[in-house]
Amino acid sequence: MTAPYSTSQPVISLDSVSKRYGSETVVSAVDFKIQSGECVVLVGHNGAGKTTLMKLILGLTRPTSGNVNVFGSNPAFTNAVAQHKILGYLPESVAFYDAMTGREVLAFYARLKGVSHRGCERLLESVGLADAARRRVGTYSKGMRQRLGLAQAMLGNPQLLLLDEPTTGLDPGLRHQFYELIDALHKQGVTSLISSHALSEVEARANRFIIMKAGVMIASGTLDELYLQAALPVRLEVSVTAGQASSVINRLGTGLTIDAIGNEKLHLSCFNGDKMPLIRRISDLGDVVSDLQILPPRLDEVYSHFMNGERS
Amino acid sequence: MKMLWILAMKELRDGFRNRWIAAAIIVLGILALTLSVLGSAPTGSVRVSELDISVVSLASLSVYLIPLIALMLSFDAMVGEFERGTMMLLLTYPVTRWQIIMGKFLGHVLILSIAIVVGYGGAVVILTLVTGSSTEGWPAYVMMMVSSLVLGAVFIALGYLVSVLVRERATAIGAAIGLWLVFVVLYDLLLFGALTMDTDQLIGQQLFSMLMLVSPTDTYRVLNLSSFEGVSEAAGIAGVASEAGLSGALLVSVMLLWVIAPLMATLLVFQRREL
Repeated sequence: MTAPYSTSQPVISLDSVSKRYGSETVVSAVDFKIQSGECVVLVGHNGAGKTTLMKLILGLTRPTSGNVNVFGSNPAFTNAVAQHKILGYLPESVAFYDAMTGREVLAFYARLKGVSHRGCERLLESVGLADAARRRVGTYSKGMRQRLGLAQAMLGNPQLLLLDEPTTGLDPGLRHQFYELIDALHKQGVTSLISSHALSEVEARANRFIIMKAGVMIASGTLDELYLQAALPVRLEVSVTAGQASSVINRLGTGLTIDAIGNEKLHLSCFNGDKMPLIRRISDLGDVVSDLQILPPRLDEVYSHFMNGERS
Repeated sequence: MKMLWILAMKELRDGFRNRWIAAAIIVLGILALTLSVLGSAPTGSVRVSELDISVVSLASLSVYLIPLIALMLSFDAMVGEFERGTMMLLLTYPVTRWQIIMGKFLGHVLILSIAIVVGYGGAVVILTLVTGSSTEGWPAYVMMMVSSLVLGAVFIALGYLVSVLVRERATAIGAAIGLWLVFVVLYDLLLFGALTMDTDQLIGQQLFSMLMLVSPTDTYRVLNLSSFEGVSEAAGIAGVASEAGLSGALLVSVMLLWVIAPLMATLLVFQRREL
């Protein structure tokens, strides 16, 4: 690539980027940076501006105000060729030339990227399309198109992957395979920005999350950071001697909420600031308590908090 | 240049795959053969050669057919890719918008040249072999083929402009038909009507020449019917163009301008287009 770009710079940086179509504001003053090697997930409802953000990063559309920077230069329009050589993109609902076969489609895109044909066969195999490679793309199912879309995004070992809803239409086995592939690429230092609805799938994979709502970036950070920002209660699962649950609760006192009481299990939650005192009190209870687990924060909780609540 | 070639080859392959090229070859070939066979009948003992007659009749019919074929080839080129969503993915590859337009153009011109060379060329080769007629009229015939290709290129370029300006394929079809009607039928009709009503000869020689240059189809007609002596005699318009001050070079430049201008306009619109 030609642009002077070093890995210490962010791969993508958005500087108060807004995009309006007519009177409608689709993206409003979004700021974020994505460093080299990061795997960032964009979450948000349909119409939250995720796809528009991708298009801005790809230079398919220009911001109404603010600056977009990708690999150290402005992706807008004509000068994006160098960036596009090292970038892979999977659009939300990917469309191909239906009259061509899967192999022809991939070979066409490989030629445009200046990649040798040999890699194509391997890619088709890795997405499970080797048998369908000679069939016209028009006959492909939604899932097969999606897989072909993934294959073209992987062409030429991209350094940056932009994947818009990559797992829609994939069956569970392929989803798993897909995330393994992303993990492997991640280990090689590939930067990726993935937009997704499948919160439970992505929460373990991403370094960082960006939550979008109606064009506004309402939160961003690691899952732990978001959990703190959201001030969501910490959840604890306490295992006690059978029949002792209610007496344990009496002895713990205040500063906690009881979510559920079983015979041997107690589900408690408390504010983050009360967490350590509570844990100390639990451990002071002695042999009555046989186990204590702090349940990890879940992305969907954080997400629904930010979606429903006020901006915190 | 390599990018242009990759994009052009894709269009060419599409042309072969959807039998487009085959259909165009058959139409043009049958047309050329029929007209040549029919056209050779009335020559009698006139000094003009059979091929010259063919050029006159083929040029007259190409004016209708070539723009139609070219527009059918090109109206979908941009709007089809926008509508299906393939353009978005294509633009995330290391190609410029200029390369996409020129690559498509190169591919479509190649498709049309194959159709013209095989269709028109094949017909005349068959005719020469069967009837053993002289090769005297070949330069005019070749010139007719080349100028037909340029005429086709004009309408491919105009088709792209339509294709990049509209939002839906259906609109593009309508606009392409409109374009064809205006340049192939209506303009000539209006011009003819104006000349008929112009009893005071307000439309002088110079204005008339200018008016012929405004429409690419008329430019094509004048170019073919006047450039070779034999042909203009067969067409019965000997010396008309030279009197009108329309040199071959001027006519050719005007046609090329008709190729370049719509292509540039298409590029300008495409550059501004956001997806």
